[in-house]
Amino acid sequence: MPLTREQVEKVSLLARLRLAPEELATMTAQLDAIVGYVEQLAELDTTAVEPMAHAVEQTNVFRPDEVRASFDRAEMLAGAPKADGQFYLVPAVLGD
Amino acid sequence: MSEPYAIVIGLEVHVQLLTASKLFCGCSTKFGAPPNTQTCPICTGMPGTLPVMNRRAFELALQAAVALDCQIAPFTKWDRKQYYYPDLPKGYQISQYDLPFSHGGHLTISDAKGRFEAKQVGIIRVHLEEDAGKSVHDEQAGEADSRIDLNRAGTPLLEIVSQPDMRSPAEAKAYLDELKLLLVYLGVSDCNMQEGSLRVDANVNLHIAGAGGEKIATPIVEVKNMNSFRAVERALAYEADRQFEVWRETGRKLGDVPKQTRGWDDAADITRGQRHKEESSDYRYFPDPDLVPVTVSAKQVEEVRAALGELPAALRRRLETTYGITPYDSDVLVNQGQELVTYYVELAEASGDGKMAANWVQQDVLRTLNEQGASIGAFPIRPPQLAELLQKVRAGEVDTTRGREVFAAMLASGRSAAEAMRALGIEQVDESQLVELCRQLVAANPKLVADVKAGKLQAAGAFIGQAKKLNANVNPNRVREICLELIAKG
Amino acid sequence: MSVLELSARRLLDEMAAGRLTAVEVTQAYLDQIGRHDRDVGAFLRVDAEGAIAKASDVDERRRAGRPVGRLGGVPVAVKDILASRGELVTCASRTLEHFRAPYDATVIAKLKAADAVLIGRTNLDEFAMGGSTENSALQTTRNPWDLSRIPGGSSGGSAAAVAARMAPLAIGTDTGGSIREPAGLCGVTGMKPTYGVVSRFGLVAFASSLDQVGPLATSAEDAALLLEAIAGHDRADSTSVDAPVPPYSEWIGQPLEDLTLGLVREHFGPGLDAEVERAVREAVRVYESLGAKVKEVSLPHSKYCVATYYIIAPCEASSNLARYDGAHYGHRTDEKAMLAERDAERRHLESSGETAAVDELDTALVRMYRRSRSEGFGAEVKRRIMLGTYALSAGYYDAYYLKALKVRRLIRRDFDKAFDDVDLIAGPTTAAPAFKIGEKVDDPLAMYLVDLYTVSANLAGIGGISIPCGFTAAGLPIGLQLQAPPLEEDRLLRAAHMFQQATDWHTRRPPL
Ligand SMILES: [Zn+2]
Repeated sequence: MPLTREQVEKVSLLARLRLAPEELATMTAQLDAIVGYVEQLAELDTTAVEPMAHAVEQTNVFRPDEVRASFDRAEMLAGAPKADGQFYLVPAVLGD
Repeated sequence: MSEPYAIVIGLEVHVQLLTASKLFCGCSTKFGAPPNTQTCPICTGMPGTLPVMNRRAFELALQAAVALDCQIAPFTKWDRKQYYYPDLPKGYQISQYDLPFSHGGHLTISDAKGRFEAKQVGIIRVHLEEDAGKSVHDEQAGEADSRIDLNRAGTPLLEIVSQPDMRSPAEAKAYLDELKLLLVYLGVSDCNMQEGSLRVDANVNLHIAGAGGEKIATPIVEVKNMNSFRAVERALAYEADRQFEVWRETGRKLGDVPKQTRGWDDAADITRGQRHKEESSDYRYFPDPDLVPVTVSAKQVEEVRAALGELPAALRRRLETTYGITPYDSDVLVNQGQELVTYYVELAEASGDGKMAANWVQQDVLRTLNEQGASIGAFPIRPPQLAELLQKVRAGEVDTTRGREVFAAMLASGRSAAEAMRALGIEQVDESQLVELCRQLVAANPKLVADVKAGKLQAAGAFIGQAKKLNANVNPNRVREICLELIAKG
Repeated sequence: MSVLELSARRLLDEMAAGRLTAVEVTQAYLDQIGRHDRDVGAFLRVDAEGAIAKASDVDERRRAGRPVGRLGGVPVAVKDILASRGELVTCASRTLEHFRAPYDATVIAKLKAADAVLIGRTNLDEFAMGGSTENSALQTTRNPWDLSRIPGGSSGGSAAAVAARMAPLAIGTDTGGSIREPAGLCGVTGMKPTYGVVSRFGLVAFASSLDQVGPLATSAEDAALLLEAIAGHDRADSTSVDAPVPPYSEWIGQPLEDLTLGLVREHFGPGLDAEVERAVREAVRVYESLGAKVKEVSLPHSKYCVATYYIIAPCEASSNLARYDGAHYGHRTDEKAMLAERDAERRHLESSGETAAVDELDTALVRMYRRSRSEGFGAEVKRRIMLGTYALSAGYYDAYYLKALKVRRLIRRDFDKAFDDVDLIAGPTTAAPAFKIGEKVDDPLAMYLVDLYTVSANLAGIGGISIPCGFTAAGLPIGLQLQAPPLEEDRLLRAAHMFQQATDWHTRRPPL
């Protein structure tokens, strides 16, 4: 089933991207081609196969519960697009 | 129940685990630091940083789940729950999705006042996840910038999801009380709601008996923003009324409308609908490739279980059977926490009277602690000293009222019960002296004698007052007894 | 002999013997950069001042007889995707163009501790997504062997820098072939170690379960030297392998006895360039002449590798790149323009009577996210974010992501089975030599198929190395890829060294 423009538009909102109309058209065509290609996996029977989420399968890696000095606030906020010396500032979280 | 419906309540509780450092980095979890002073590149999601799981957090989580009689999964993994919000710096929350480390437990709740029958509330799952930061919004929503504090981001949280097994706001409150007590006993969390280390969301709907006797379920509503257990009770009661009204107006049933989220407005005493865009619920969970799974053996689970110690429910039963106190008393004592129970047990043992010890601890000790805002650990009268006083009260060497004066004196001066009594001039009045004193009183009060003879036994109380004026140390019960005897003989 | 012709190994010996100073070495490389990087464009930034300062410090300590790290005074170029405290780490993206990391990546900390001279930052495909370095938002890098062609990618800057002798050693990262492919196309030695051998802490993530840092050098011997300096268990990376680091550079001289090479049947099918095939088969004959046996093996799921990779990598990428939203660091859109745009949209809707649609307008916050991200990311990054977001979204997870994880295990099993029979797998690094700049930019799928021979090692988590094994008639380098079972980096390096002792392809220099 080919990808539709509406689907791609919805995905762009989920991904917090915004595509101009011509970008949306190109993206839809390209994604459709790629999705068509990757769909070949469907021909493999994988019913009894355990998924492999990690390249090296280890378990139980922990760190001790030890406090380490936090970073200086000024240093952390130095890279913020907008800050007031204490907080990061973002456009109002609550709707308009 | 007078309402024509049953309320169906499930609770989702988040508690902050009592670790020193965050779940994935070494930043402190201490409450109250100035904004953004407890952060580092890891908990602010800086490019290139990686999480490493705090061992203590996992251990505490395991203890809680075992104490809730959950099944512990032999294999558990960490998933990313993805959504955009400025208090979530990575754009995803590390949580657990399809393989939580535990599921299928229960918690028994009861009501010492007997408002509902004791019951088991099922626990669907308990999982570990990281907290988000805090957004501070301005009054004028939409006008000014929101301010973001990431101190809390990455703090370890336990999410405990109950079955929809509660049938009244009182049951929900009892569940929360019992859960909090358990977690505090275990040392898993301090469950301090003011500091945000315990948060509650409720799922609530109604089962209404239809005209033909069929059961009609109303749409489930998720209630948020309740910042005390009282608020939970009130919000649930409000929500039940509201849903019943809505059902009567619209007839809407479960499945007719998407699940709604409402926020509790404590000041207005109502819940309000919250705007919720449909797409935001597509969390695109997938296993976090930066963290490795955890395996837990049956042996480990048994070790955790063995090390749990006595849990509140068992402790209550032990106090009731060992010291003969009522479920109400054991409830009050156990709810105060481990330290107070230890105090009580020492007092009951040393005084030899569990019931009396329970009364004194509940009335005098707890009142004092409340007044002083102090903790039992720092309470100056230790159990052996208080036991001495209780024994004197029991032996009639001092009556309860004067005993309280002795208690106050002990508290103020740090003296022993005997010393405090001496200082207050309390000494036992010789029996013959007492009889002589009563004889005088009877002789001097013909009107009271007549009243008593006429059946007004309460008039004997006046003798006590007069006796106390003559000698403060008289035992009021004995005065009453002797006077009544003399009058009867009279 | 000029400094630029000496291996890193030799440079260390010469400096230790006092015949060369670190400042002389560093200056020679800075001069070479000055001569050629205007054409090649390998470096995004060159830190001449810092490099000379570090070199002087090393020289001073050597003269005073004080301890010097294992790479003391050797220049190392680093792909601009590893954090270094207080310095820019752009990932060749507009979104991080001005971002300074407040901490050191473990690899960077190790290089600093080894007294390497961090000479500059190399170009890459934006966030390491690509195989040609054309996806850099900041600069074009050209193949030193033919400036009209791509250097490969995503570690194209690092490969080109080593090929043009602008650095004796370079750090790359490899998620689907991003070290081996540019190494092959630029005629240098590049290795992707087993997943977990080198810490990922401070490596800006593309696809976390596939990303691995590795060395690029002119020879296996030098690659061993660099790997030794950066490998090792790291408590800050949960996926790091807890195993001691073998003394690769010490053991490299020992030839492998009774070596059995596997040739993958599926790697020699249609689509493989004839010149490439000829060079690879010739390289295999070199091994035979050195006593190796050759066996044909099968990796039956080979044809599914690219599809599997292009599900897993974009899914992880879509999540890893969610953090670039303009809230806490990186690029944020112009807020005034954003608000003006919103007001204009609202007025337009209101005046046309579409009041219901007003409620559907993005809030200021959502708008900030979407504008910031769309301005900050290039086309390929957006494409992968879209692909990954789609594949993970409700209703598609099982069909795409979960399916790919299962096929991934089948791919790993193929390797395990093959390695029962052979010690190493040998084959082409890429199906064809470097293509022309711009040739495939409009066909993402064709671009993805360039990773055909390299992605499987990332999916399986095993190590692989690309070494020069010849040239096309047009003078373009051809790479031979060797792959080994997990944690057999030593075997790979020794096998590569054997080849380089018997051939001189790796000593050829581009006609700049
Ligand atoms: Zn932190």
